[in-house]
Amino acid sequence: MLRDWVVISVASAYLGLLFAIAYYADRRADHGRSLIANPYIYSLSLAVYATAWTFYGSVGRAVSTGVGFLPIYIGPTLMCVLWWILLRKMILISKVHRITSLADFIASRYGKSALVAGLVTVIAVIGILPYISLQLKAISTAFQIVHSHDVEVLRASREGPFIADTAFYVALILAAFTIIFGTRHLDASERHEGMVAAIAFESLVKLIAFLAVGAFVTYGMFDGFGDVFTRARALPRVEELFVIGGSGDAHAGILASLYSASFFSMLAIMFLPRQFQVSVVENVDVNHVKTAIWLFPLYMLVINLFVPAIAFGGMLHFAGASVDPDTYVLTLPLANGHNGLGLLVFIGGLSAATGMVIVETIALSTMVCNDLAMPLLLRWRALRLNERKDLTGLLLGIRRAAILVMLLLGYLYFRVAGEAYALVSIGLISFAAVAQFAPACLGGLFWKGGTRAGALAGLSAGFIVWLYTLLVPAFARSGWVPMSLVDAGPFGIELLRPLQLLGLTGLDQITHGMIWSMLANVGAYVATSLATTQSAVEHSQATLFVDAFKHSVVGTGSLFWRGGVSVQELRALLARFLGAEKADDTLDSYARQRRLRSAWEVEADANLIQFAETKLAGAIGGASAHAMVASVVKEAPLSMDEVMSILDEASQIMKYSRELEQKSRELASAYSELRSANERLKELDKMKDDFVSHVSHELRTPLTSIRSFSEILQDYPQLDAPTRSKYLSVIIQEAERLTRLINQVLDLSKIEAGRAEWQMEDVNPREVIDHAVAATSRLFAEKAATLEVDLPADVPRIVADRDRLVQVVINLLSNAAKFCADPGGRVSVSLRVLADGIRVDVRDNGMGIAPKDHEVIFEKFRQAGDTLTAKPRGTGLGLPISREIIKHLGGRLWVESELGKGATFSFVVPLVRRAEAGGEAGEEKETEAFGARMAQAKAH
Amino acid sequence: MKRTNVRNERLVALLLFGLLLFNYPLLAMFNAPDLVLGIPKLYLYLFVAWAALIAGAALILRLTDQDDGDVRGEPARARRATQPR
Repeated sequence: MLRDWVVISVASAYLGLLFAIAYYADRRADHGRSLIANPYIYSLSLAVYATAWTFYGSVGRAVSTGVGFLPIYIGPTLMCVLWWILLRKMILISKVHRITSLADFIASRYGKSALVAGLVTVIAVIGILPYISLQLKAISTAFQIVHSHDVEVLRASREGPFIADTAFYVALILAAFTIIFGTRHLDASERHEGMVAAIAFESLVKLIAFLAVGAFVTYGMFDGFGDVFTRARALPRVEELFVIGGSGDAHAGILASLYSASFFSMLAIMFLPRQFQVSVVENVDVNHVKTAIWLFPLYMLVINLFVPAIAFGGMLHFAGASVDPDTYVLTLPLANGHNGLGLLVFIGGLSAATGMVIVETIALSTMVCNDLAMPLLLRWRALRLNERKDLTGLLLGIRRAAILVMLLLGYLYFRVAGEAYALVSIGLISFAAVAQFAPACLGGLFWKGGTRAGALAGLSAGFIVWLYTLLVPAFARSGWVPMSLVDAGPFGIELLRPLQLLGLTGLDQITHGMIWSMLANVGAYVATSLATTQSAVEHSQATLFVDAFKHSVVGTGSLFWRGGVSVQELRALLARFLGAEKADDTLDSYARQRRLRSAWEVEADANLIQFAETKLAGAIGGASAHAMVASVVKEAPLSMDEVMSILDEASQIMKYSRELEQKSRELASAYSELRSANERLKELDKMKDDFVSHVSHELRTPLTSIRSFSEILQDYPQLDAPTRSKYLSVIIQEAERLTRLINQVLDLSKIEAGRAEWQMEDVNPREVIDHAVAATSRLFAEKAATLEVDLPADVPRIVADRDRLVQVVINLLSNAAKFCADPGGRVSVSLRVLADGIRVDVRDNGMGIAPKDHEVIFEKFRQAGDTLTAKPRGTGLGLPISREIIKHLGGRLWVESELGKGATFSFVVPLVRRAEAGGEAGEEKETEAFGARMAQAKAH
Repeated sequence: MKRTNVRNERLVALLLFGLLLFNYPLLAMFNAPDLVLGIPKLYLYLFVAWAALIAGAALILRLTDQDDGDVRGEPARARRATQPR
């Protein structure tokens, strides 16, 4: 007989031991010597999967369905094989994004949507409640059995007030334990080293306890496995349990239920909040997964090894007595008087239940706090939470309250519906609920196209079908909902019967619920995702999740700049959720990492904002952190369109093609520029050639005559004096011409290159013309031409270089003298005063110039007619030089003439000289300067 | 050419093999109430197949531990990811 005080004190000592382990592990973690950083502890902590359901319920299920207890463990084993691909990806993503819970994970994938996070949390809490109630039921039943030693106690109805109900106190004690255990402090990383260590220890305890009772039954009560099975075979209808029984439709139905159980278990091992917590959030090193892939299934295999033996042993032992098979594990040792073993089994069951409750409620409370309560409270403006300096207390309070409320709700479910089902059925209802996360989560991991709307639709559809096909019948069976709804369908509509939806019959409740909920979930998820488009944030998160192995370094998150915020604002925000000290530490570590001397040098750039957001995400979840950072950072400057242009692949491509177009346009224009430059170069080259040939031609003519006359003089010394003197004067004339030519070339090049010196002064145009007329009078006298000069009496003075202006007029007059009619030549020069300048006309009565030659004559070395055959009359540089001079003075020089009617050369010079027209036609200037340089080079 | 994802390929193959083990027709072959070594045939088969699956997974992970270079980089990356930034 086990006395209550013994049981209670042993249980208390056990819980105390858990505390000690957790405390020790936390201390070790603080000193950087983590106790849990090895793959074996990790694998053992994963065994939190084995709850009181495994501990007590497996035997019960084996008794009722034979091999039916196995799919719940073989399914996860199959899933484990994929862990290196699947779980590793989830762990990497979670570390990068500092994911704290399953809700956080799914919400982060769908654009950090608070709505998705909230929905996941609601589904998880409602779905897990039956599972928590299952643990309460197991512990309280076990306690009552140990307390009363009445192995049939379970069948006693539970009608007393809850004050007298053990389960109520179990719920309260577990709540208190979990609260003290799991929410002692608010960790920025939201990892619980102590908890993991304790859970690993609990896994060992329950394994040892179960193996002990298994060995006791198999080898103590019976003579090994063979004995148990051989003797059991003699019992009526036991052979049916040795096989997957039934025939025809019944057989198919049993198989279907096995498959659906393994399917749900496969998903549950990934998506139960507590499994996500230990396998993803608490993971220290992804490489631990490598060991867990085989060690965790091995644990499950070992803990199930004795299940058939205990089941059949119990059936043999209690044949005829109404003992609930769910309690065989405990009742067999007790019935055989092994109280010590009974106590060990009780502790084993307690460890299985507490392990589950601790991790599950901590995970759920984190979700409730981060993804349900905080977003709502922060939005509730009346609370003015945004202005509170320190919210760490509030966060802890919410989590603690959530744990308490969940355990009390679990108790309520236990009171209402718990009696109607065996342990395994309750558990499978929860498995079916968390399986609803699979499409959104797995789809989100491997399919970039899944949208937020798709996730919401899938989750909602699956959850509603789950409620209707699995939870409503459970309530109906416990009397909360009229049974007629299940039997006849709502409003008597048979098609809508929750257990035969749309007339689907022949399946057990779980399989039926699985088919419909998964159909609704996957269908809604895929269809809605295909019908909707992603926002920019969703798109970037989708890429980060699906391509996690490419983006697994922290800081590759969405780094778009969100506008202005000061470091102090971010620090204040961190301090509100992490506490002031931790906020400072955090910023210091950021500064160190950036190789800055102190946190004061940190710049509030996109990196820091991203950093703060991931830190906050560790405390309050991704969606809330995103909202909080957005509330501090002025988000306005970045419009959605800009975000799109940064993130959207399509727009990236468009941008790229626009750049390409731009580039090709630039190339085209560069090409045309090059071509025109090339043409200009060719032209210049031609001009240079022309110029060189002109200059050499012009130089050769006088040189030839000088040389030939000199040779005559040298070869014929007997020449008479007049002839010699005549020849000498020719030589002198030609030399003079040569000098003049060279001077003019130099002059022209200087003017063109802008290097000529100009002596600007007030000049009287009359004097200029008088001077020029006097200088050329001999020319006219030689040709017997008349020169008429028409000058007004009063002429305004102009600003010009006097000598050069005289040169222009001399050039024009000497040209006129050369080309006027002979004999009877008549040249007139006239000066007229215009409104803004003076005009000089020099008119001759010569042969005239054809209009096509009007511009040619102003080119260097060009004269009207054929210069190569006709004897040159002049250097061919006079007019170009004159034009340059007049141009420099701001005026214009041109000719008006027709063949046979004489020619009039005119120029105007403004009264006030325009500012040197330096900019005019730069390229022309270049060309001419080049020509001038060539001329200079030749001249030297 | 060296296959870089040997481990993943082998694990997926093992999963397919596992699905085969726990399905028709193999399951039906052992679905009889006889006792083998004193243990119901089906139970024995299921536990042995289960153990074989686990052993297969352990073997694959051990065999690919040395020659699979791309995985070597993972722990470093992951550890970097956990460090405070």
